[in-house]
Amino acid sequence: MSHRAAAPPFAPVPADPSGASGPVSVSVDGLRVRRGKSTVLANITASIPDGRITGLLGPSGSGKTTLMRALVGVQKITAGTVTVLGRPAGDPRNRHDVGYVTQAPSVYRDLSVLDNVRYFGAVHGAGREDAQAVLAAVGLAELAKRKAADLSGGQFSRVSLACALVGKPKLLVLDEPTVGLDPVLRADLWQQFRDMASEGTTLVISSHVMEEAGHCDTLLLLRDGMLLEQLTPAQLRERGETDDLELAFLRMIRAAEAESPGNGTQANGAGAGPGGRAAS
Amino acid sequence: MNGTMMWATSVRVLRQLKGDPRSIAMILVVPAVLLALVYWLYQNETLAPGQPRTFDRVGLMMLGIFPFVVMFLVTSITMLRERTSGTLERLLTTPIHKADLLFGYAVAFSIMAAAQALVATGTAYWVFGLEIAGNAGWVVLISVLTAVLGVALGLLCSAFATTEFQAVQFMPVVVIPQILLCGLFVSRDQMNGVLEAVSNVLPLSYAVDGLQEVAAHADPTSALVADLVVVAAFVVAGLLFSSLTLRRQTA
Repeated sequence: MSHRAAAPPFAPVPADPSGASGPVSVSVDGLRVRRGKSTVLANITASIPDGRITGLLGPSGSGKTTLMRALVGVQKITAGTVTVLGRPAGDPRNRHDVGYVTQAPSVYRDLSVLDNVRYFGAVHGAGREDAQAVLAAVGLAELAKRKAADLSGGQFSRVSLACALVGKPKLLVLDEPTVGLDPVLRADLWQQFRDMASEGTTLVISSHVMEEAGHCDTLLLLRDGMLLEQLTPAQLRERGETDDLELAFLRMIRAAEAESPGNGTQANGAGAGPGGRAAS
Repeated sequence: MNGTMMWATSVRVLRQLKGDPRSIAMILVVPAVLLALVYWLYQNETLAPGQPRTFDRVGLMMLGIFPFVVMFLVTSITMLRERTSGTLERLLTTPIHKADLLFGYAVAFSIMAAAQALVATGTAYWVFGLEIAGNAGWVVLISVLTAVLGVALGLLCSAFATTEFQAVQFMPVVVIPQILLCGLFVSRDQMNGVLEAVSNVLPLSYAVDGLQEVAAHADPTSALVADLVVVAAFVVAGLLFSSLTLRRQTA
């Protein structure tokens, strides 16, 4: 593949209204993850701006969870570096500052809501008041005494969120936090994420629902373990020539496929130039 | 190692148990009921004058075996749940140290084990008139120690099970051979050489040997102390190996 332009195939930190040109919370360089013979992540290079919401979007199986696990430091990586808050991912000193909410809520079903949050608080040195404050913040204060197993799906996943918030993380990694929630609750959560970001927390949120991309400051678009683009929702709309983020993403995928047909090993060349937009 | 985190873990595990009163009742009552069964089993035996009752020998050994079995099962299932529910992976992203987690478990179940041992030993003494030369305090201590041994081995075995069904299958593999070879059925010095050698490397043999020392001597013997040290060493080794099975990074 010939490099027509001196600029990298995608702008790692686009200078744009998202503020992504500011301080960086996470930088990923040449990250590869192989599981057995399959490549789960192929050469990901990206940076995640500090105090912003970064959306990790892509279809199921595109490597979103693996990338998030790499940020948290629980993923064995094959090559590359992941630097989180100035330290290698998984550094023991990061464990206080990085919160991770897995896709399947990971809480103790046989404990009360409050006891769950208090336990995860205790491992971060937070007390009972902190736990109650966090429960109030996620709207579960009235259910504090209920057993987690007795809650509805949406409430249950908010317990999982509360267990991560109680550690007051500087970087919060959320794997599909809004999946299966009703629209009102989804809007509430996104408002909460926005408030946290404005207080300085860096959020990385994955979703396979493109309409949620609009809530993010910057987007990482993943497909088949490759990073298609890093850009803002506005840039995505502009690039896809539509206000429909889903359609814009689809167009970018088609453009990428048109540009690197067959066994394209690098996804980075996707859709950089206007000429690359072949698909409608 | 951090005392606060360890204790928080113990409290959490005990709270989980508290939410399950049926399990608590089983842990406390079942050994006493089984002791009653053993008592009735030997109720009609005819004894030569001066010969001790079989219950005094078998019932005493049971006081060391029950806590081991019960805690092995309870721990391996609880820890397996922790692994499969994602809470373990989540915990390992937090500042908690592996030792805090494992010792937290060990302390919580030891507290349960102590309660169980008190009920079972009390039943043996006061209801069924267990008669041994040594002090009942040693019996309780050995019961608790074998319970902690069950915890340590349960934590370790949970790493090799991916389902609760598999975890339960570890009982015939890990627990039953120890019961067969610990000296309950055939005294260890009467076993063939191979079996005796195997029984010499199984921790439960030392616990049962310790109980026999307590039964035979009014004062603690050096053999008893040696037995306790060996069982304790198995506990520590079990916990250390378990900590190796807790990986912060997975593929």
